This record gives sequence, structure tokens and C-alpha cells, in this order.
Amino acid sequence: MNALSNAQSILEHSIMKRFLNFLSAATLLLVANSLFAQSIPEIRFESQPDLLSMPDDIYLGEAVGVATNSHGHLYVYTRSGSSNVTLGSNRVFRRSSSRLFEFDANGKYVREIGQGLYAFLFAHTVRVDSEDNIWIVDEGSNMVVKFDPDGKVLLTLGRTPEAVRNPSPRGAELRRNDGVGIEGDIFGRPTDVAWDADGNIFVSDGYNNSRVAKFDRYGAFITSWGSYGAELGEFNTLHTIATDADGNVYVGDRGNRRIQVFDNDGNFKSVITGIGAPWAICISPGPHQYLYSSNSSGTSNLSDGEIYKMELDGTILGKFGRAGRMLGEFASTHEIDCRTENTLYVGEILSWRVQKLTLYP
Amino acid sequence: MQRNSSVIFFGLSLFLASAVFLSGSIIAQTPEAPRIAYESVPDFIKMPDGLYMGEAMGVATNSQGEFYVYTRSGEATRLFQFDANGNFMREIGYGLYGMVFAHAVRVDADDNIWVVDEGSDMVIKFNPAGRVMLTIGRRPEAQGLRETPERGAPRPEARQYNLGRPTDIGWDPQGNIFISDGYINSRVVKYDKEGRYLGEVGTRGSEIGQMSTPHTMQVDAEGNVFVGDRGNRRIQVFDNDLNFKYVIEGIGAPWAVCISPGPHQFLYSSNSNTTGNTAASYDNAGEIYKMELDGTIIGRFGTGGKRLGEFGSTHAMDCRNPDELLIAEVTTFRVQKILLSSDVTLP
Repeated sequence: MNALSNAQSILEHSIMKRFLNFLSAATLLLVANSLFAQSIPEIRFESQPDLLSMPDDIYLGEAVGVATNSHGHLYVYTRSGSSNVTLGSNRVFRRSSSRLFEFDANGKYVREIGQGLYAFLFAHTVRVDSEDNIWIVDEGSNMVVKFDPDGKVLLTLGRTPEAVRNPSPRGAELRRNDGVGIEGDIFGRPTDVAWDADGNIFVSDGYNNSRVAKFDRYGAFITSWGSYGAELGEFNTLHTIATDADGNVYVGDRGNRRIQVFDNDGNFKSVITGIGAPWAICISPGPHQYLYSSNSSGTSNLSDGEIYKMELDGTILGKFGRAGRMLGEFASTHEIDCRTENTLYVGEILSWRVQKLTLYP
Repeated sequence: MQRNSSVIFFGLSLFLASAVFLSGSIIAQTPEAPRIAYESVPDFIKMPDGLYMGEAMGVATNSQGEFYVYTRSGEATRLFQFDANGNFMREIGYGLYGMVFAHAVRVDADDNIWVVDEGSDMVIKFNPAGRVMLTIGRRPEAQGLRETPERGAPRPEARQYNLGRPTDIGWDPQGNIFISDGYINSRVVKYDKEGRYLGEVGTRGSEIGQMSTPHTMQVDAEGNVFVGDRGNRRIQVFDNDLNFKYVIEGIGAPWAVCISPGPHQFLYSSNSNTTGNTAASYDNAGEIYKMELDGTIIGRFGTGGKRLGEFGSTHAMDCRNPDELLIAEVTTFRVQKILLSSDVTLP
């Protein structure tokens, strides 16, 4: 009897205790949630109207690439309609579907670089290195091309396929089959490029190969890492890449909705989540570096679209913006330039434009 | 005055119906429409040497009487601007990423120019200066060529912000955007003026509210949406929220419709002769109907053909001035300016 009631009381006690535990956990969760929500402040910002002045007969297409040089000049790598297709006996040859434009610091058109270049097939990104060389990454030609500041070709990585395959292989099949053990510069729709302080080159490669490839400054292959998947060190569309001043490599692993951080030799260091799908990342220069990442809206919707500002360790400092087509809204942000910490250039897929943002954090 | 004349026309129709019925010479449910006399202005469009029109798919005037022609050219697709007398002024958007295979051009109340491109699956808004202001839809990425789906194969699900060979565009007085979409998606989509999705109507089929190639579309001053449902040989009319209102039939296959502005709006619809038709078929197609918005036929004019004043697969009409139409044709590579007379004769 006594034992029974004792047992019952123990039971009740344990139920009560569990309930209390549950309650406090729930409370903690609630508090944590509200803390979390409160801890991402909205950053006020402005977008400059009528930023780019184009000549009458020149138009931007999808503004997938944007980058500044040390003089504030702006480069836009865009998907153009001036494509050129030649039908071979049983193959299709495509040329000149991308264009690279330069603008001065006031947005005034300066010139076109590389018009008709063999590697200009389907633009993906443009970046400018510390010596003001201009690098384009083209996912149609599977090439990375380095221009000197005058616009002369200095280095090429990868090779333009001889012809378009018809029909094209399904991307998903390619991703699953390729990417392990691929060496050298046989790219599979590469997406982005970055450099460390020694000039080593890192290419995110890309839609089909699911790896990061590292080359020395002269283009000699050093190593590569990664394969298709969701585990740490694996990638599902690595879409954007950046390095910090210590040579760490930040990879926007878009399909897995995370940024993976590696050391200079490709050893996994850490992962950043909670920022949506990183379509475009950039790291600002200077003694205190910041990491920006865009959770871009897809090309079939107008959801999300916000851009996060972070410390390099992933601590979120704030976010701004939303999807849309009006000034100060973003329709599939594809690349961000943050040479100046609070002055960003944003290139969008759907709106065929570049916006210059001033942040007031 | 306008109302009176429509009453007169209605009376004429009644008279005609009874005449036909009494004589018994024509067995028809509806009387044949009165004929509107018209003429086509010779040598209307003046192109610069070395510049040619291709298939003239779209034509639209702005408030200054200038007009735009969206044409399929040897170099992808091109947009030309002409003054009111047909003199070439300039080209807009040469080499643009979204200009692949022309289908329509329209000008909105603020003189912005909108092209509808069925090759890039895009609608592009230019301001009057010719710069891109807004895009809807996205040109498919071409990482190689895609296989064309078999005829009758299931069509991919339509998505809010992707178009499938869109055909035409219109706006209500609030600036909301309506797109007929089109060969693939068999629907009409409504967006707000910033391009945000609001709703849609239509699936492929022949029931009311379904569509078989919505090929042309316009919006009246009250925001009603007139959809030329070409494959079903009818115009379906929807209210501003895309609820079905009524259907207009007996006008052949509506390839191109336009609605004139002003207090008394008229609806024009072309029963265009298909491309590749034989000369014998010109008698059966090619005519254009003038109607009240409720579908009452005022008259018809024209036949298929390639001579001046005949129509070679009319693809677009502009009726900003209801007595001066601009007609763009597929097979003849031309735009005609048609002056409609007030003379209406019984057939």
C-alpha cells in the first residue's frame, strides 16, 4: 500500500517533473526564438536611381556578374541576345552570347571588353583581383578568363566545348556521376573565382562537378576537393566563392543552404547556416572583414530575396531587402560586390540591372 | 449619337435577318454582316535602304501617332519605330537578351512600349526612351538544345512567374498587367503594376473558362478582359478578377483583337487566314469584324490575300483611332494603314 502510493507519487512526481521540464524547455525555446528574431536587425539602405548610363544601342541582359576595380570602375558580365549559332553537320556551335561592359565610378559607360570572344557563351560571374585584372567565369564555355586592366587576355582556364550536345544531359545525373576525383581544369559549368594573398586561384566548379579547384597563379593545377552530396565537405550547386585575408575559402553551397568554410588547402573548418540559400557571397577588404550573403529569390518566384551582413564567423549583424522588381528590391540577385563595406553593387538575373546600395547599419 | 447609330445597325441586322429568312436563299442562323468600305494607304511604310521588315507580328501606336512594329528578322527579332506618316525613326533593343521570336507589341497609357516574345517566354517593358523598365518571365537557359515535346504530350505545370510562349498583353485603368499565356499554358495571368502575381484563369480545353491557344487579348475601360481564344473560335470575356462573363462567337477564329479608346469603345477581331492557305480559302477567312463590346457585329471588311488591301494572315491590329487601323501581317512582311469609311453596305 505504502509502496504503491509511494510508487504512484514517484510516478506523479516524474510526470510532473517531465511536464515542468517540457515547460521550461518550451519557455526557453520561445525566449530563444524571440531573441533570435530580435537579434537580426533590419539594415536601412538606399538604392541609387538611374545608376548606369548606357549608349542608346547597348542593353544589359541578365546582369549575372558585377565587380569593381580599385578606381571604382564597374564591370558587368551579362547574358546578351547577340548570340551566333552555326549549324554543323550534326552539331550546333554557339558563340558571342555574353558581353562584358565597363563603367566609370559614376556609372557612365566606358567600353566593351572581349566582344565576340570565343569563351563568351553564358555568363556567370566577374571578379576583379588585387591588381585590377578582370576575371570572368562562363558556365556555357566552361572557362575562366583573366584580362589585364587594358582588356587583354592574360590567362585562360578550361576549354570551350567544341559543340553543344543535343539534347543536353540532365544536370542532376551529371552531378551525381561526376565530381569525384576530377582534376585539372575540365570544368562542369563553373560558377565563381577567388584568389588568396599569394595569387592562388580558387574556382567553384560548379553545377556539374561539385568541387572546388585550386590552381597556382600561373594556372597550374594544385588540388581539388568535394563531391556531390549533403554531408560536410560535399556540395549541391556550389554557386559562389570568396576568400578572406587569411586565405580561408568560403563556399556558397546553394542547394544545401549553407556556407562551408575551408582552410587554404581545402580542409573543412566550419559551416554557416540560417541565412537561406547563398546565391551570392562577397567579403569586404580591410582590417575588419565582413561577409555578405544573398538568399536570392528563385527565377520562378518573388519570395525571400534578403541579403545578410555577417562577421566572418557567421555571426549575423543584420539583413536588408526583399524580392521584387522595383528600385531597392531584388529579383534573383546573382552577384554582389562589397569592395567598400557599406556600398554594395548588386547584379540581378530577372531585372537586367545593377543596383548601387548604400547601407546605413 | 453613337448609341443611335448602334440602334440603327441593330435594326439593319434585324431587317437583314428577316430578308434572308423570307427569301430563303441563304440558310444561316446569323445574317452575314454588313460590309464596311475601306481603303489601304499605298506605300505606307518607308524603310531605310538596307533595312527590311520580316514577319510583322506586332504593331502599336503611341499617343503621338508614332507606331512600333515588332518583327521577326534575319537577326533574331527587332523592334522598329515609325512616325505617323510611316517614316522610319529608329530601332529599339537591337540584340536584346529577351528578343528572340516576336509575337506582339502594345503601348500603354503612359506611352511605355511592351513587347511579348514567344521565343524567350518574356514580356519586356521599355520606357518611351527605349530603356528596359520591367521584365516578366524568364528566357530559358540554353545549356544545349531541348527536345521539343511530342504533340499531345502532357504540358509542364504553369508557374506564376514563368510564361509558356506568351502571346499578348493588356492593362486595366489601375495599371494591372494581363498576359495571355499562350501556346503552352492556355491561361491569362494577372500581375500588379510592379509585376507581382495576382491570379490567373484558364487551362487547356474547350469548356467555358478553358482555352485553346489564347492568341490575342485586350482590356476595356472598365477592366474587363477580352481573350481571343483562337483554337475554340471565340472571344471569352472575363471581369477584372478573371471571372467569366460572356462569350462572343460567329466571328471565325480571333487571331488579333483590339479595343478602341474613348467613351464609346469598339471591338475589332480578325478571322485571319492561316499561313499556307490556298487562294481558294481567301473567301472563307481573312476578314475583320467591327463590334460593340457586347459582341454585336457592326460590320466586316477585307479578305485574305496578298494585294494591297487584302490581308496575309493578320497578326495584330491597332485601333487607337477606330477609323484608321494599322494591320500587321505574317506572310506579307508588311503593315497596312486601313482607312475605314462610314459607308456600310448590305452584302
